[in-house]
Amino acid sequence: MALLEVNNLDVRFALRGGDVRALRDVCFTLDRGERLGIVGESGAGKSVAAFSLLNLIAKPGYIAGGSITFDGEELSGMKDRGLRRIRGNRISMIFQDPMMTLNPVLSIGEQMVECLKAHRRISTREARAISLHKLNQVQIPSPETRLDQYPHELSGGMRQRVIIAIALLLDPDIIVADEPTTALDVTIQAEIMDLLLDLCEKHNVGLVLITHDLGVVSQVTQRMLVMYAGRVIEQGPTREIINDPQHPYTQGLINALPQMATPGSRLNQIPGSMPSLSNLPSGCAFHPRCSFVNDASGQPRKACLDKVPGFVDSGNCRVACHMVAELVNQQQRDSREETL
Amino acid sequence: MTAAVSQHDSKAPAAAAGNRENDTAAPLMEIRNLYKRFSLSGDFLEQLKFRGGKLVREQEHVHAINGIDIDIRRGEALCVVGESGCGKSTVARTVMGLLSPSKGEIHYDGQRIDHLSAKELLPYRRRMQMIFQNPYASLNPRMTIQQTLEEPIRLHHPDWSKERVRDQVRDVMDSVGIDPDWGSRFGHEFSGGQRQRIAIARALAVDPEFIVADEPISALDVSIQAQVLNLMMEAQQQRNLTYLFITHDLAVVEHFGTRVAVMYLGMVCEIAPTGTLFAKPRHPYTQALLSAIPRLEDDRPQHIRLQGEVPTPVNLPTGCVFHGRCPHANERCRQEVPALIDVEDGARVACHGVEEGRL
Repeated sequence: MALLEVNNLDVRFALRGGDVRALRDVCFTLDRGERLGIVGESGAGKSVAAFSLLNLIAKPGYIAGGSITFDGEELSGMKDRGLRRIRGNRISMIFQDPMMTLNPVLSIGEQMVECLKAHRRISTREARAISLHKLNQVQIPSPETRLDQYPHELSGGMRQRVIIAIALLLDPDIIVADEPTTALDVTIQAEIMDLLLDLCEKHNVGLVLITHDLGVVSQVTQRMLVMYAGRVIEQGPTREIINDPQHPYTQGLINALPQMATPGSRLNQIPGSMPSLSNLPSGCAFHPRCSFVNDASGQPRKACLDKVPGFVDSGNCRVACHMVAELVNQQQRDSREETL
Repeated sequence: MTAAVSQHDSKAPAAAAGNRENDTAAPLMEIRNLYKRFSLSGDFLEQLKFRGGKLVREQEHVHAINGIDIDIRRGEALCVVGESGCGKSTVARTVMGLLSPSKGEIHYDGQRIDHLSAKELLPYRRRMQMIFQNPYASLNPRMTIQQTLEEPIRLHHPDWSKERVRDQVRDVMDSVGIDPDWGSRFGHEFSGGQRQRIAIARALAVDPEFIVADEPISALDVSIQAQVLNLMMEAQQQRNLTYLFITHDLAVVEHFGTRVAVMYLGMVCEIAPTGTLFAKPRHPYTQALLSAIPRLEDDRPQHIRLQGEVPTPVNLPTGCVFHGRCPHANERCRQEVPALIDVEDGARVACHGVEEGRL
């Protein structure tokens, strides 16, 4: 059994006009030391997926169904008290904006000691020693002085290093990183990503990396989920998805990158934009933007318009697409006929 | 004014032919030895301090731009890249006349424009327009799209009839792919990508020839970025526009730019045609920047790791601004500011190491 198992996760936001379903049928697993990427555009539900792992969704959001099993324990219905044993301790989070996530009125040392003392019965002196050790691990220059500095005295890259140090303080099993490098410059981003990767490998920590940057996902993770309008539409080994995406949306996303086109030529754009979650199109949510919605006869597939696609296995990947399902069925029929 | 426009038109075919190495034509925009610093010290009274019993005046400055020379040629897309705080947005704003330079000159189409009054600048403002980063902030929330797009036309063409203004708005909305019937809607009714289209439409409404775009796609999603980039490239071909494109995204630069200027701490460290820069980066900073782009193909490439962080632009380092993080820095780099020198393939590099042949 995997360390973390998410099954049919269903998250809704109770709004005046009725429930908005921010996540539907999200399933994935994460093993110790494994790195999983969740990609998608804004509004796809990737941050909600990360936050719901630790039940951090604020009202009016709530987990309406499904299960989140961590190390044999069910997290989705757990009371705050029980969750507090796990949050920050065994599963820790790194948030997007290093300017916002550190408390501006506490020194770095105070914040780290506070975090340690909340979970362990240790003296301040011991807590400071551990903090210093962790700051050393994230390669911050002159860590002793940093302990007594305040967040505003550090640059963005430094702050993100401090946040990584805090995430590692209690030797967690899993780190959930929500766009950890989006607010940073390219050279700093490369450094921070390298650091995070090294530390995860060294301490055998599982990583859930949420990002919109396909380049980062392809370099860092082993498996990935692609999300669209609250659903996972494709999941599997990162290399295979990047090299041979099956779902039309994943294909469109990769082909839209400037690095995939010859310089100066027209980029392959996906027409339209992501629908609002409160007003999803019928059937497959991607069908109004999909260039494969028509079948061989040139008519839109009825299934695409009416029926939400389920997952089909295509190689090592799972894809939620009627067109891919047709292709896979066709291949299976062909191979069956051959064996007959 | 009209003469200038016709002169521009006569040169249009040459630029449209995509003649990238056309050095002989006069550049559209010339930035000469530009400096811009911002005071950190408040007003005059706040600058006065007592030191050793004496009243002294102390001033501190952020040195945002420290002597840059850039030519922008007709019909090209010049991209300026660099990390946050390197002064690229200040360049954009100074060029547009939104900030006045502390020192140096800006010439547009042969005319010096940096010292003009707002009234004298007005005819140039029609010919140069700007697109901003955040389409959520750059559209007035209390104006309909129709009003937003009519405003610049009315300002620059007060003699136009209502019908002509309305036709122009319809045309420009059509050209950016926004349904002209949506004119009565407000900005908040549109998605980020649509808003950026409207911002582009506003820039195109007065038929400019030069557009400064400050991170126009950074706030947008990947699939929408492609739409907006395509739109900007189409507009460039159809209207023969010249772009000054500010961005931190090097993948976009490689695709979009004719030439690239790499900035670090208010200085240009390398300026080269896009192909040359990506094939053969000379400056150590450019090399580090290019190696840091997350690419799809490779699993874990070896980044060139830079030491330390960008120094503060308040106290500039002596010599080359990059020497503190440069793996190849020597004594000369710590003392002497490197000038841009010509190397082959039309590239210009400001690096002692390249000049001496060490790199």
